[in-house]
Amino acid sequence: MSKEAQHSSTSIHMIRKGFATGFPIILGYLPVAITYGVLAKQAGMSLTELTLMSALVYAGASQFMAANMFAVGTGALEIIIATFVLNFRHFVMSLSFMNQLKKIKLKWKIPLALGLTDESFAVSAMNPKEANMKKGALFYGTIIACAYLSWVLGSLLGGLLGDIIPEKLSQSMGIALYAMFIGLLIPSIKQEKRVAMIAIVAMLINALFVQLGMSTGWAIVGGTIIGGLSGIYLLKEDRK
Amino acid sequence: MIILMIIGMSLATMLPRVIPAFIIEKMQFRPWINKWLSAIPYAALGALIFPGIMSVKPDEPHHGIIGGLVAIVLAYLGLNVILVVLGAILTVFLLSF
Repeated sequence: MSKEAQHSSTSIHMIRKGFATGFPIILGYLPVAITYGVLAKQAGMSLTELTLMSALVYAGASQFMAANMFAVGTGALEIIIATFVLNFRHFVMSLSFMNQLKKIKLKWKIPLALGLTDESFAVSAMNPKEANMKKGALFYGTIIACAYLSWVLGSLLGGLLGDIIPEKLSQSMGIALYAMFIGLLIPSIKQEKRVAMIAIVAMLINALFVQLGMSTGWAIVGGTIIGGLSGIYLLKEDRK
Repeated sequence: MIILMIIGMSLATMLPRVIPAFIIEKMQFRPWINKWLSAIPYAALGALIFPGIMSVKPDEPHHGIIGGLVAIVLAYLGLNVILVVLGAILTVFLLSF
């Protein structure tokens, strides 16, 4: 095989692998995105506005909030600040993700960071070895593109077609992303039991902060940072 | 007006996402910070799962919990993530009858 052909076959392999790995995100995003599209339309946003919001803001809960606000007519600045608080957790996740991608060039890191969500981060972080492989950026790029496109197209579809998923089914599909997080976490726990301790510390801190009346956004940030700190003592030295 | 709000929200989500790319590029961390960063994914997964999973059906939190337990069992058996997700969806769907 020529060097060039080898190059492109590695690329295709990485894209395929990325698609297979990112597929559960599509399954989880589509029903939520469609619901957002329906709500935003009902709230009086145009098809262009609601799709543009998905493309540029790309943050589920904040977009639901904005659509609600649009219906009720509260302040835009309030929504922007709430969006920042709710999504600040991505700063912590992106720090971890970018550190995992140290060997990948900055011109790749920037789009990968911009496409980071809870789900694309979780899936990417649980597949760390591709970061050191040839064409690894394509693997992560495909995961992130799957998530992004299903979110944007799902929103458009919801705004265009209305509720196409029966209510009982779409409500049941609300468990999808949680089940995906569990499905990602358990294999790591099987490999190293102490990982479970880190996750449980984060859960308890998060629940405690919510009980104390903190907003969901800050509670998740707190749980993630403090849970991660417990990892300094819990994880073995040789982990990368 | 709404376009301004979209741009403002866009900046509010983009900046926290992208700034770390430049921080990591410029800085060399001590080992304990690297260890902390490598533990973040597990902590994030924990914080994202609980207590949020109880709000899948806000008036009936046990539906989410049962769906989650089914997901744990399926994942523990070594099933692919897609099957874990489908199993949990089916569980919550059946509980709603």
